[in-house]
Amino acid sequence: MSNRFFEYLLRLGDDRLVLGHRLSEWCGHGPILEEDIAMANIALDLIGQANLLLLKAASVENAGRDADALAYLRDAREYRNALIAELPRGDFAFTIARQFLFSAWALRQWEALASCRDADLAGIAARAVKESRYHVRHSAEWLVRLGDGTEESHARAQDALDELWRYTGELFLTDAIERELAHEGLAADPSAFRSAWQKDVDDVVARATLRLPAVEHWQQGGRTGLHTEHLGRMLAEMQVLPRTYPGARW
Amino acid sequence: MPQNATTDDPRRLAEFEARIARCKTIEPKDWMPERYRKQLIRMMSQHAHSEVVGMLPEGNWITRAPSLRRKMGLLAKVQDEAGHGLYIYCSTETLGVDRNDLIQQLLAGTAKYSSIFNYPTLTWADIGAIGWLVDGAAIVNQTMLAKASYGPYARAMVRICKEENFHKRQGFEIMTTLAGGTREQHAMAQDALDRWWWPSLMMFGPRDKDSPNSDDLLRWKVKQKTNDELRQRFVNITVAQAMAIDLTIPDPALKYNERTKDWEYGEIDWEEFWRVVRGNGPCNRERLAARRRAHDDGAWVRAAAEAYAAKHEPAASVA
Repeated sequence: MSNRFFEYLLRLGDDRLVLGHRLSEWCGHGPILEEDIAMANIALDLIGQANLLLLKAASVENAGRDADALAYLRDAREYRNALIAELPRGDFAFTIARQFLFSAWALRQWEALASCRDADLAGIAARAVKESRYHVRHSAEWLVRLGDGTEESHARAQDALDELWRYTGELFLTDAIERELAHEGLAADPSAFRSAWQKDVDDVVARATLRLPAVEHWQQGGRTGLHTEHLGRMLAEMQVLPRTYPGARW
Repeated sequence: MPQNATTDDPRRLAEFEARIARCKTIEPKDWMPERYRKQLIRMMSQHAHSEVVGMLPEGNWITRAPSLRRKMGLLAKVQDEAGHGLYIYCSTETLGVDRNDLIQQLLAGTAKYSSIFNYPTLTWADIGAIGWLVDGAAIVNQTMLAKASYGPYARAMVRICKEENFHKRQGFEIMTTLAGGTREQHAMAQDALDRWWWPSLMMFGPRDKDSPNSDDLLRWKVKQKTNDELRQRFVNITVAQAMAIDLTIPDPALKYNERTKDWEYGEIDWEEFWRVVRGNGPCNRERLAARRRAHDDGAWVRAAAEAYAAKHEPAASVA
């Protein structure tokens, strides 16, 4: 069980760490000061969740690695996040659309995990549910504003959805690891909340006067370490200090 | 200019000055001399701009912070600065100016912000040095400003000082960790202190004899200590801290005066000070360019929010 659970915790943690990092790239460069604050806030929540998840993963692994070792000393091929999290931040519409699609999914996932059989993960989930509710509300409000704002903002928001939508299928992939863990009450089976998520998305997309594109092929690979080219560069930047000064404490 | 004060209604001016002498705060609806209002707008907007521009040098290291804890700490700190900026812009608006106009002045290069942010953050230790020295210097200034006569500014300073104290501790802790770390980390910390020490002393502004704005500011309790007094206080606090973590203040002239109990310091490079103030520091252009880019790139977002609000009035509430 412990190997599978470790793997699952990495997936949960890496999603949040990578997306939180992408969001943190906005800090100081947002379209209005209020959004600098809001995006930093969401980034902080996500990195905070990642920290707890990787701490838990480290303790489940029990191999002498701590959360920082997992974050800073794994290569891209060892990262387990969904691809949608690692795509470059793009413009504000891309950031908002991604945040909405991800957070609406993450909220459902956390709600399911709040009754997880592992007390630590259930505790993390209970707190994260509250944070995620805010993330969904904030990103949904902006997506509606952008979609139903000006011609330009509508076009940008539509472009973002067109680009992002093909990465959402991966969020609902399950493999033997997740199925077995879900059966044991340790993981959330995403197929259980796919239709609820789809409805959440459809409602907001409709209010935003946007439409979801048709998808020929769902992009996937993150859960097995097959990432886009973007993640390696992101990690090269993120990991530079611990990699350059092995063994140093910060 | 001083003659403005004399063109104000002498009776109201006397009441105003009496009120300040009684240590009462001046509130937005109270009468105030035009020069007082202008000074405050200048100081407060410069302060707000400094918070916002100050996000850039530290933001430079958010994506490279060396541990999850440091990453969260730095992100939270930069977020606090955005909050301070917003808070002070709002306080400045109580003086009858518009935040957007103030931001336009910053982007046009006609408003000033603290010169310290025109220096580059070259290593992780700079994040420690900024927290320790720059926030440390800011606290010395702001502790005084928290007793300023203008109520909204004083109250903003009380709240901001609490957070700045936290930032300073966080910065000093980063420096302590580096100074007590590997040989390379210690060298990194010393190098950061070497580069940030003198610019931090410059944060207190020109020497008293060269400070054109100070007289009125002191009389009206916009400021309550002179630049040199505050600078000395900062030096006295900081020298002891550097010694405690085995770092060397880069000033061969530094010496303790037993009689005054002050650490006497060497001459500040005023040419450098004025060069950076006048726009020729290492990062002046980059900082303004980054702010302009963020503003320009965000124009369509702000337009969208306005358009949406206009379509959905009065139900919509848009930032």
